[in-house]
Amino acid sequence: MKRVQFEHSPIPYLFVAPQIIIILVFFIWPAAQAVYQSFLLEDAWGLSSQFVWFKNYVDTIGSSSWLQAAGFTIIFSTLVTFLSLSIALLLAVKANEVIHGASTYKTLLMWAYAIAPPVAGLMGNLMFSPLIGDLYKFMNFIGFDFDHKLDPFDAGFVVVLISVWKQVSVNFIFFLSGLQGIPKSVNEAAVMDCRSPTRRFWTITFPLLAPTTFFLMVINITYAFFETFGIIDTTTRGAPGGATNTLVFKVFQDGFRGADIGGSSAQSVVLMLMVLALTVIQFRFIERKIHY
Amino acid sequence: MQRSSISTHIILILGALFMTLPIWVAFATSTHAPDTILREGLQIMPGGHFLENYNEVLFVEGGVMKKVTALAMLKNSMILGIGFAVGKVVISMLAAYAIVYFRFRLAVPLFWVIFMTLLLPLEVRIIPSFEVVSDLGLLDTHTGLIVPLIASATGTFFFRQFFRSVPDELLEAARLDGATSWGFFKDILVPLSKTMIAAILIIMFVVGWNQYLWPLIMTTKEENYTLVIGIKQIYQVLSEGGELPQFQKAFALTILATLPPVLVVLVFQRWFVKGLVESEK
Repeated sequence: MKRVQFEHSPIPYLFVAPQIIIILVFFIWPAAQAVYQSFLLEDAWGLSSQFVWFKNYVDTIGSSSWLQAAGFTIIFSTLVTFLSLSIALLLAVKANEVIHGASTYKTLLMWAYAIAPPVAGLMGNLMFSPLIGDLYKFMNFIGFDFDHKLDPFDAGFVVVLISVWKQVSVNFIFFLSGLQGIPKSVNEAAVMDCRSPTRRFWTITFPLLAPTTFFLMVINITYAFFETFGIIDTTTRGAPGGATNTLVFKVFQDGFRGADIGGSSAQSVVLMLMVLALTVIQFRFIERKIHY
Repeated sequence: MQRSSISTHIILILGALFMTLPIWVAFATSTHAPDTILREGLQIMPGGHFLENYNEVLFVEGGVMKKVTALAMLKNSMILGIGFAVGKVVISMLAAYAIVYFRFRLAVPLFWVIFMTLLLPLEVRIIPSFEVVSDLGLLDTHTGLIVPLIASATGTFFFRQFFRSVPDELLEAARLDGATSWGFFKDILVPLSKTMIAAILIIMFVVGWNQYLWPLIMTTKEENYTLVIGIKQIYQVLSEGGELPQFQKAFALTILATLPPVLVVLVFQRWFVKGLVESEK
């Protein structure tokens, strides 16, 4: 809040009105609808519906296909978060060290940020296409019996690889700006005390990057949960047999393809609670950061 | 020292190849004839069909979709990217201004309403959102495409943060000179925020251009497709099989969908990094 402010008047309401109206119509209302519909059971034609309490939750979330999707989502987001953070951290540390060509490296490493997930998905899909894809041939050539259309593990591999590729640049940008925020004097003092660069990294640099890392973890989990929809939808579409369904992809599938509004809404509400948990974690953490 | 710097370069070169090679291969392959691609697979060297392939995709009706050309999809993507970026900046600046510079009763609850949008990503309210837009008769319109996307909290938080860092003396001085609240906003705050506005515009253009799920569910007519939606359609055609698969067109379309946001990021790199790092804080 500002010390000096304008006096009471209807004017501030005019300023916030556009945003608030859009939020009420396009955020709050649909979200409330999702909650409401999650308690309803509609007949097959959507003509009548009855209030069924938590039946939709029990039915969908207890179902094996939801549990399968939840399991895949957890493994998938852990892998994507861990791999894309590690690769990005390694590259950022190296890009921060290097003197010659630093800006060229930076540009080449960060520009993939601008690529849409479905575009990355289609590209990856074509590279793994059995008809023309060299990566497909390569995987078989080096001795894997690779078939991502039939084998759940191989399908998971393709989706993880593309998702990591798409996310490295964002993490790289944040890590690099975090590294550049570490004062030179800290590094110089560290060099005096400790000669091994590896130990210096883990005892000095990495702890100083902890706020960035933690923040990026939340961002990456959110990415793996939600934004990878575009990648899944242009690669495996959950195949084979739902093995690569993420929770979000399943909401979409059940709601639009399967027309199971109640079940899909119940899944949406569960996802909302997950986002809530993530946001709470993120904000508790940010509060702590301010106290430093 | 010398040795460690060589290994540093090797790691960076490998990283750069990992990030860049797929796009290069996509481009190179998009410049070949379809039968070459089918016979030899992906291409690392550009072929001789650049003009022919891109001409067909961009300008010929039926060249890539049933009817709509990539040029028309490019136009739709531009409208979405620019409309989203501008709309978001305008709406969030106005809201942030009210929250920071005015004392009013509902300030805190309204701030929480804005905050709540963080908890409601589109993915968790897909079906009811679709119903709302269809009830309002906004399917297949630019309004329906852009407006529901622009109200999330990120932009508002960003400007709120920035306005708070503006010295209080400016407002005091402006008020002594008799500035109205609108005058202060328009003549002092907006010019002061120029760099911030530019940074956010760049980020949001990229975010808007790359929207997928929302345009996917609310455009039903082909003439409203964006390039990113075209990607899905061409994927559909390819996976259905049938006649000779037009891989060169699929690759050309990925290149066209990638080029504008990448150019924006490269040209405005410094602002882009600033905007990204600041807006996510």
